Amino acid sequence: MAARAPVPSVWRVIYHQPRDAVISVTDLRMRYGDRDVLGGLSFEVFGGELFALLGPNGAGKTTTVEILEGYRHRSGGQVTVLGTDPWQAGRSWRGRIGVMLQETGPERDLTVTDSLRLYGGYYPDPWPPGDLLQLTGLTAQARLRAAQLSGGQRRRLDLALALVGRPQVLFLDEPTTGFDPAARREAWAAIGALKDLGTTVILTTHYMEEAERLADRVGFLRGGVLVTQGPPGGLALRQASPAITFTLPAGVSAEDLPDAARRAMSGSDGGQVTLTAAAPLRVLGMLASWADRTGHDLPDLEVRRPSLEDAYLELTGDQEAEATS
Amino acid sequence: MTQPAAARLTPAGRAAPLPRPAALIVHQFRYDLLAFSRNGQSRVFTLALPVAFLLIFATVFKNQTVVVPGGRIHTSVYYVPGIIALGIVTAAVTNLVISVTAQRESGILKRRRATPVPAGVLIAARALTAAVVGLVMTGVLVAIGWFAYSAHLSSRHVPALVVTVLLGAVSFGCLGFALASLIRDADAANPVAAAITLPLYFISGVFLPASTLPHWLLQVAGVFPVRHFELALLAAYNPYSSGSGFAGTDLAIMGAWGAAGLVLALRLFRWTPQSG
Repeated sequence: MAARAPVPSVWRVIYHQPRDAVISVTDLRMRYGDRDVLGGLSFEVFGGELFALLGPNGAGKTTTVEILEGYRHRSGGQVTVLGTDPWQAGRSWRGRIGVMLQETGPERDLTVTDSLRLYGGYYPDPWPPGDLLQLTGLTAQARLRAAQLSGGQRRRLDLALALVGRPQVLFLDEPTTGFDPAARREAWAAIGALKDLGTTVILTTHYMEEAERLADRVGFLRGGVLVTQGPPGGLALRQASPAITFTLPAGVSAEDLPDAARRAMSGSDGGQVTLTAAAPLRVLGMLASWADRTGHDLPDLEVRRPSLEDAYLELTGDQEAEATS
Repeated sequence: MTQPAAARLTPAGRAAPLPRPAALIVHQFRYDLLAFSRNGQSRVFTLALPVAFLLIFATVFKNQTVVVPGGRIHTSVYYVPGIIALGIVTAAVTNLVISVTAQRESGILKRRRATPVPAGVLIAARALTAAVVGLVMTGVLVAIGWFAYSAHLSSRHVPALVVTVLLGAVSFGCLGFALASLIRDADAANPVAAAITLPLYFISGVFLPASTLPHWLLQVAGVFPVRHFELALLAAYNPYSSGSGFAGTDLAIMGAWGAAGLVLALRLFRWTPQSG
């Protein structure tokens, strides 16, 4: 059941019905001492949307999220979440959000089920522990104490605890860091299921594949500024170009390639050549006619659309690549 | 695989009323008590320390007597209420401060901050947990005194003893929570709590009989709540106490400290570590 199917834009225009912004951030500024951590961010997140904040460590992702969660008081700008300023918000607002922090110790002496009952009791209409355990794949661990769980299981318990109040807005701060690939895929399935139910989600992550898989829109933070935002696919194409790779035939050097191909060349590694072009078909055409004319073949020719990771590296510069791996 | 569960999970659309604070206190108290009872170490050592102290003091000062209001009692009998005070203050202040600062540092309080649970509920639930722990401890120490040292508790004093234990545990629990908010991190919790409580035990007649302490020192001790807790417990426990054994003035002074502790605990409450 999709609680809030996105309204097609044409209908919005006809009916003058703006899509509700569940989270609205305008010129958000944060300053610690004389250091600007956030330099005027603006973005909106709409109902039922998953918005991913990406960027290197220290870019301001967690600061932004903690302002939205009501933990920190901004230095300037306007912020509303569910129509309320998080810093002024009270109990009923907290009853409508769910927060999965980057790092939280477990309630060591309580079992998984007890923890879910304890936190569930804070809310008017909590999800039953059994359903949450199933969703997060912790059914077998239900009677274990939190102290006995593995790191990945603890993170899944953190996720279950963030969900227990049936949040309308869910904040996930690096939810799958430290997961093995199988656990990550399960977490993605769970987050995807929540999104299908109409939950609005803000996600921060270092994994571009995660954002590509889950996000409706992503925003790139760098140095406290939102450099760009948009749907992951479109954003990747805007920031990075498709890549054409092939291996030079024996006896052919890069200088022998046609002019258009040489201009598009962005790298060569031994015999492996990479061309990047915003309009790849034109370069491919040149390449094909050149190969035909000279009697060569390019058996490992590959054309690849840019991934979010390519866009990320383009936007953050190579020195940040290590922080993301 | 996750579909059946997900299908039942729907976000709350309606505005259901939040649980009332009183109901939340009971809820939180149940789980605080559950966590305490599940932690074998904290359970054993919270009880074991006072029992060990009672046995040591009663053995060391065997066959001596102490002057108390209305007559003389054996030292071993005198130490029963004193060690009850020690055990409850240790549980409600020292242990609570260590536990709360650890919860704050590990992010547990920060996570709870994002839920609708108010700070007052967490404080009240801890104070109630301290009250239950205090009652159990009192039962154990009174039983040891009864069977090992023939220190019989008069049935007419039982209500006074119970009320004093409950009021004391809740008051010191509130003071402990206030102190927890003043301590920077978990490493400092134990030294700070010890630096505050140990001298008070010494000057309040807990470790050394009050009759052996200089008058001025008792005057100093009289400013602080540990002395009044000790006096109120002694009044309820002393076989020479007439009437019901309620020490009204001491209970009032200790209760005032507890109330001040509650106000401070609410005002100073910190959900996140200092650095964060």
